[in-house]
Parts: sequence; C-alpha cells; structure tokens
Amino acid sequence: MTATATAREGVFASDPDSRPGPLVVSGLTVSYGRAPALIGVDLAIAPGSMTAIVGPNGAGKSTLLKAVIGVAPVVAGDIRVFGETLARVRDRVAYVPQRASVDWDFPARVIDVVTMGLYRELGPFGFVRRRHREAAMAHLDRVGMADFAQRQIGQLSGGQQQRVFLARALAQKADLYLLDEPLAGVDAATERAVVAVLHGLRAEGACIVAVHHDLATLRDYFDHVALINRRLVAQGPTAETLTAENLQRTYGGLLAGTQIGRIEIAYAARER
Amino acid sequence: MDAFLAALTLRAGYNAALVAIGAGLLGFAAGLVGNFLFLRKRSLVGDAIAHATLPGVALAFLVMVALGGDGRNLAGLLAGSAATAGIGLLAVDWIARRTRLTEDAAIGAVLSAFFGFGVVLMTVIQTLPRGRQAGLESFLLGSTAGMLYLDALIIAGGGALCVSLALLLRRPMTMVSFDPGYAQSRGIDLRAIDLAMMGLVMAVTVVGLKLVGLVLIVALLIIPPAAARFWTDRSERMLWIAGAIGAASGYVGAALSASAPDLPTGPVIVLLCFALFCVSLLLAPERGLLATALRRRAYARALARRDGLLALASRRNLSQTARRVLLADGLIGANGAATPSGVREAALAARDERRWELARTLRDADPAIAAHDGVSPVEKALTADMIAEIDRRLAEG
Amino acid sequence: MLDEIFSPQFVQLSLPPILIGALAAIACALPGNFLVLRRQALIGDAISHVVLPGIVVAFLLTGRVSTWPMMIGATVAALVAAILIEAIRRVGRMEPGAAMGVVFTALFAFGVLLLEQSGSRNVHLDVEHALYGNLESLIWLDANGWGSLFDARALAGLPPELPRLAIVAALIATATALFWRPLAISTFDESYAQSIGLPTRLIAFALVAAAAVAAVAAFEAVGSIIVIAMFVCPPAAARLMTDRLGAQVAWSLLFAVISAVAGYVIAGYGPLWFGLPDAVSAAGMIATISGVILAAACLWGPRRLGAGSAA
Repeated sequence: MTATATAREGVFASDPDSRPGPLVVSGLTVSYGRAPALIGVDLAIAPGSMTAIVGPNGAGKSTLLKAVIGVAPVVAGDIRVFGETLARVRDRVAYVPQRASVDWDFPARVIDVVTMGLYRELGPFGFVRRRHREAAMAHLDRVGMADFAQRQIGQLSGGQQQRVFLARALAQKADLYLLDEPLAGVDAATERAVVAVLHGLRAEGACIVAVHHDLATLRDYFDHVALINRRLVAQGPTAETLTAENLQRTYGGLLAGTQIGRIEIAYAARER
Repeated sequence: MDAFLAALTLRAGYNAALVAIGAGLLGFAAGLVGNFLFLRKRSLVGDAIAHATLPGVALAFLVMVALGGDGRNLAGLLAGSAATAGIGLLAVDWIARRTRLTEDAAIGAVLSAFFGFGVVLMTVIQTLPRGRQAGLESFLLGSTAGMLYLDALIIAGGGALCVSLALLLRRPMTMVSFDPGYAQSRGIDLRAIDLAMMGLVMAVTVVGLKLVGLVLIVALLIIPPAAARFWTDRSERMLWIAGAIGAASGYVGAALSASAPDLPTGPVIVLLCFALFCVSLLLAPERGLLATALRRRAYARALARRDGLLALASRRNLSQTARRVLLADGLIGANGAATPSGVREAALAARDERRWELARTLRDADPAIAAHDGVSPVEKALTADMIAEIDRRLAEG
Repeated sequence: MLDEIFSPQFVQLSLPPILIGALAAIACALPGNFLVLRRQALIGDAISHVVLPGIVVAFLLTGRVSTWPMMIGATVAALVAAILIEAIRRVGRMEPGAAMGVVFTALFAFGVLLLEQSGSRNVHLDVEHALYGNLESLIWLDANGWGSLFDARALAGLPPELPRLAIVAALIATATALFWRPLAISTFDESYAQSIGLPTRLIAFALVAAAAVAAVAAFEAVGSIIVIAMFVCPPAAARLMTDRLGAQVAWSLLFAVISAVAGYVIAGYGPLWFGLPDAVSAAGMIATISGVILAAACLWGPRRLGAGSAA
C-alpha cells in the first residue's frame, strides 16, 4: 500500500520544473486472455538508476517490459517514457529480449546482429558504411567480443550470445535500457562483463531496468528494485525495499522453500 | 432431398450404403488419430504423407500393368500408395532429425518433391495404351461415382480396421501426446508409439484416398481435433468429440455426394467438417469466440467499475470509463455524486480491497489469493472463517 | 544437344517454357527463403491451394477466363487465407500448422465444389490443370531462331506469361533488396524489431502478400506443384550450404534456376534418351529435381548440421 502511494506521489506530486522520469507506469493492467498477467501496476523509475524487476515465475516481469515497448495487450493504464508516449521517444529506448526468444540458427554473423542495432540510424535502405562497421566493432569490443565478429551466431555459448545482444543494444545509444533476464544462464565471466557494461552505462547517465532472478546478487548489482507478483508489491532503493516482509509478500511460501530464499530472509531480517 | 434422405438412411443402394458407412468409420478413425497428431503439434505431417502417396499409386499401376494385369486393382494401388507414403514419412523424419532444417520445411519439401515425381509418373502412364482409362486422377480429389462393390468393401473394411486400431492404441498414444517424458518413464516405447501413430495416419490416408482424395484427406486429420479443442480441456473428451465430428462429416458427406452426382465426395466431406469447426469456433462455451469476447468486455468493465468505486470511496477523481460505467449502473448521478447505492457499493469495494490487501500480505503463496483477478470479491476465494480472521486483524489495525 | 540449342525449334518451343519456369522459380524462391527461416514454409503450400478458389470466384464474378481478374481473385484469396490462418491461430490458441491445415483444405474444397457446380469446368479450368500447369504449351510461334530476340514484331508474339512473370520476378527481387534489412531483423528477432518500432505484423503480411503474388503469377503458367516446390526446396537446400543470409538467398536462386532448366530439359528430352516416345510433365520434373537437389544438400551440404543438431 505504501509503495503504491509512493509511486502515485512520484507521478503526480513531482515538482513541475524537474525533467520527467525515464519511465512512469500507472494503473497498468495487462491480460493475454484469461487471468490478467499484471494488475494495476504503478511504477516510477528514477533517473540514472539501475532497477531490478524481481518476482516469482509467472509474476509478469517480462510482460511489464513488453508493455513498455508496446507489444503486450494493455487493458488499462498509462505508460510514459521520458514524459511521452513511446512512439515519440522510441530512439531513446533499447530493449534486450530474452536470449531464448530468437532462433540462434539464423544465418547471420555476430557483426550482422550488432549492425541491426544501428537500424534507426541506417533506416531501411541506408548502406552500411565503414563508420557503421567501426561503431559496431567498438560496441563488440566493449562487451569483449571483438574477436568473434565474424563468427556464426549459432556457434556462440549462451553467455556470448547475451553479450552480442547487449552490444546490439549499445549500438542504439539509448537513454533507457530494458533488459529481460540479461544474466539468466550465463557464465561468471559474462555476468561480470555484462554488469560492468551496465554500470558503465549508468555512470554515463543512462537508466537501466532489468528483469533479474538471482536474489543473492541483487544488492551488489542494482541500486533500485521493484518487487512484482502480478501487482507491484514494493519499489524503491534496494537496501530499504528488499526486506524480509516484502520478499515474503512477493514470493510467499515459494521463497521459503529455496536455500537462497532462507538466506535472503535471514539477511534482510538482520539488516533491520 | 428425397435422394439425400434415402442415402442418409442407407437406402440408396448397397454400394452407397457401404461407402457411407466406410466414410463414417474413416472420419471417426481420422478424428481419433488426428487428435494425437494435433496434440503432438504435428498435424501437417499428414499432408506430406498424403501427397507422398501419388508416386506409389502410379508405380503400383505401372507394376501391375507390367505384370500383365489390369492395373486398376484398388487393393494393389493402395498398397503402392502406402509404400511411398512410408518412404515420404521416413524422409520427413530423417531431414528434421539429421539436418538443421525444421520439420515444416521437411514437410513442404517431401510433399512437393514426391507429388512432383508422382505427376511425372502420371504423365508416363498417360502415354501408355492402357493409361488413358486408368482413372488415377480420381485419387486426387476422391470419387465414389461408379465404385465397384469390392472397392466399397475395401473402404468399409479399411475404415473399421482403422477405428479398431486407433481405439486399441488410444491410451499409450494419449500419454505420449500429453507428456512424452512421463510416458517414457512408465516404460512406454516412444519410438514405437510414434511409429504406430504415423502408421495409423498412413492407414487413414490410404483408405481415404479413393473417398476424399490425397489433396484433402489431411483435412479429416486436422479439422476435427481443431474443432474439438474448443469444446473441452480434457483429453479423453476431446478424443471422442473429434471422432464424432469426423464421423458425422464423413457419413453425411458421403450420403450427400451419393444423392447428388455432381457433388464431389471429398470436398463435401471437408466442407461439412469445416462448418462444424466454424460452429465450434464461434459458439463453444469458454473457448469460443463469442464467449471470449463477452468475457473480455465484462472484465474490462468490471475493472473500470471497481476502479470507479475505489475512487468514490477515497474521493479521487473518476476516470472517463469509470464514470460511464458507474452512471450506467446507477451508482452515481448525472452530476457525478454517488447515489445511496453507490455509497454502499463503494464502501463494500473499499472494504474488499483492504481485505485483499491484508490477505496478500498474510498468505500470498496461497494460490487462491495469488490468482486474484483484481475484481472478484474476497468471498469468492476464501472461506468465511478466513475472512473473519482478516477482519479481526483489520479492526486491530 | 548443341545443335538443338541453335535450332529455330528450340527458340520456338523450349526457350519460352525454360525462361518462364526459371522466372517462376526465382519469384517463388525469393520469399521462400524468409518463409523457411520463419518456420512458415507451409504457408507456400497453403497459398498454392487457395489460389484455386480465388480463380474460380473471379471467373464466376466476371464470367470469363481473363488473366487480370483471376490474378486479383487469387491474390485476394491468398490474403484472406493468411488472415484467416492468423485469426484461427490466435482465437483457437493452436499451433500454426493446424490453423493452416484447417484453412487451406476448407478453401480448396470450396474451390473444387464451386468448379464442379459452375460451368467453369468446360472453359479450360480444371483441378489437374491447376496442379500441373501447362508449361509445355507456352510456345513462341513467331520466332524463327535466336535472332527473333531482337525482332520487335516477333517479340510481340511471345507468350504473355513470359513478360508478366518477368515483371513479377523483378518486382519481388526489387522489394526484397529494398526491404532486406527490416525483413532480416524481424525474421531473426521479432520482439527486438517491435521494440525499435518496425511494423512486424505489416512486414509479415507483406511477405505473405509477396509470396501470394509470386504464387499466383507462377501458378497460371506452371501450376501449383512448382510453386510449392520452389517456395521450400531451393531455400531449404541453400540453408544447408551457408551461414550468411545473403549467400543463402543467392544459393537458393541458383538452385531454383537449375531445377527449372534441368527439370524442363529432362522432362522434354529425357524420355527420348530412354527410347520413350513422349515427354513427361515438366512441372512435375522440375519439382522432382528440386527435391533431388535438396536431398543432395541434406547429405553433403557443408552447413547441413545446425547449432542444435551439432550440440
């Protein structure tokens, strides 16, 4: 209840001179047909923050991102990106889908995928010139994949695929990055590399929202967190929001059954 | 009309009666077998098998002529069709498993290449002295006109055989379609059952060649289960509904075609089947188009109403939609102020929202609470003593 | 064989069907590449079936066998089928294969029934013709040798299918080149394409529309069997040759042309080599050859194993 109230204040009571927040979601209800996937979610992402969307399976985390990029069936609610509707600020948003959502057997090389990120710049008909190729290589270099530019994407490991996706998002030079499970099933080196890049983006002033599933690393990686289980349970700075009570409300009995869950609850309780 | 009724009641001659019964049995068997294909998401494999029968029919004709026979022996032609259909099936399987190509590409490739080869052989047959009267074209779209007694018998017998085999194997096939991993753990040989399933598809196809034709036989495997899916979520029921839809369209279609000579059997059966599909799509309760649309509208309205009532209770401004809904329900007056019933309902909604709020904090893992849709009252999900407990805590603050 | 090629008869009788076959193959193989990558290979199968009801309805409405109304009717039918498939897939929440099977069989049955019930059967419209086409009859009587290619009067006597298919093939090739990038992006990663504002549904629909136009133009000249084969076999074989999209499309065009030329030549001259008196169906042989090429690619293609099957 308090979290909801905070979000509303964040939306409506903000001082008129300040720039509009990167992402403000109010009263969002999404339904794919039967039971709604999200109900009345209010969410306000702070500028320059790195927010984790956390919740159990089927809680609507990916749906939330999809609603923001305009591809989920919204029944009710409003979504503002930098104070505008998405269509007007699309160039400022980069979306990284789940790795498993594409066919990695597609006939393309790593560099081809990264070049896709230049689409808004190239347009449908523009030629890829030397500077575009160099830009793509620079982004690949940033994720540590420059040596793999000519590799067929099907030959990459899961972590390498994730890095290619991140490089493609970098090519968009966005101000708001939406990532769906960027750290799911990747190796430790990739996890470090991805987090370093994301922290770098944050330092450059970008805002990051990522679906995250690993409670153990949440505190280290993210400064803000939004707990979701079809509704918003709580949101705010990680340290204050990640309480045993909130986790209990998000995961219910589901969490208590897991090792990490027990540790986390104990940890949160001790923090208090 | 009289002729149709006569055919429908099996009084239009011995052959026609046999054919109608055969078509009914075939439709039933196709519905059963197609049901498993549908659940395995492999419906169109049947299309590859059906088109792959053509070279077999033509080869069988050529072989029978070469051996000095007439070439038109139905049993022989069907045996030939089964042979190449089997090869086509293996080819689909091999391409999908051994190369990077997906099954749909394998189906399209086998279907077109085998059919193309069949067409080549058909033109060879046309150049033979006996070929011109071979009448093999009737295998494309099916034809029951001028059917021999023996042919009708083969169809009726074949249909009966397919039905009994499908019924015999329905348990293991259901298990394999639903959960292959579990089926395997129970000691069911996946490959054997898959093979049996495809064998049954072949049998249905081969029996249906003369009746429905190879271009359209796949419809009898796909449409009945697709229609049945709208009516039920239970696999056993779906099986029987699919069988019934297939049987009804087969039987009535064959009768209709027998009574009107210029109605080709295959298309009539398929269109009847499709009509039943359309009825299911539109009118089935729960999954039908109408029911879904109504439910979605009702849900959006209920959300707006709820939102409006909560807004009334907390004296927030009403949204446009909420205002419209509340006005229509007589909960607010034209001036936007709550009516007495509106005040009452708003208080109830606010109490319900508080109860849900607390219920979620108390026992969120409870599926009854986690699945809450945002509009149903708490009484629908929790028992009276649970609510009393919640109210006690609410009163305590 | 060489003498054959330089004879006037070759230009009269064989050159037009070979060219028409090759153009039809190209027009179908181009969109086929993307259909195969999108796991929609069987859309081609569905489209080539629903062309029949489209043509029959156009005939019934206009009352005569004329090209343009029929092409429009067939294209409309193909698009209606695509919309129906998508609608049934969504509403029924079923896999695309089943939705496709429901729609194209029903529409094809409807077409056959209309054909049998109307008088259209007597006016050179029948199911077999629809399936096999009539490639061999597309001859150029005004030609008297290769020189006729530069003779405006002789060129006017070309079978009209040839310029028509040339235009369609050129249009599809141009559109593929122009929209290459959006097509590639939305085929590889649809949700990403949506996030950068690409109209993915429109692209998917335009792809089906292009396939429909190719199918209809080819169908009239060569019958639906070539159409289905060319949508799937050359692109599938090309997929096993390379890991680059551009190279894949190039391979598929090469395979399509080889199938068309070799298929026609073998169908026309092959039986003579075996001492048989008559030619066999060129359409059937072209489809067969494309299947043989695919079989060879499955056995020896350098990229026949995918990431999935290798792991």
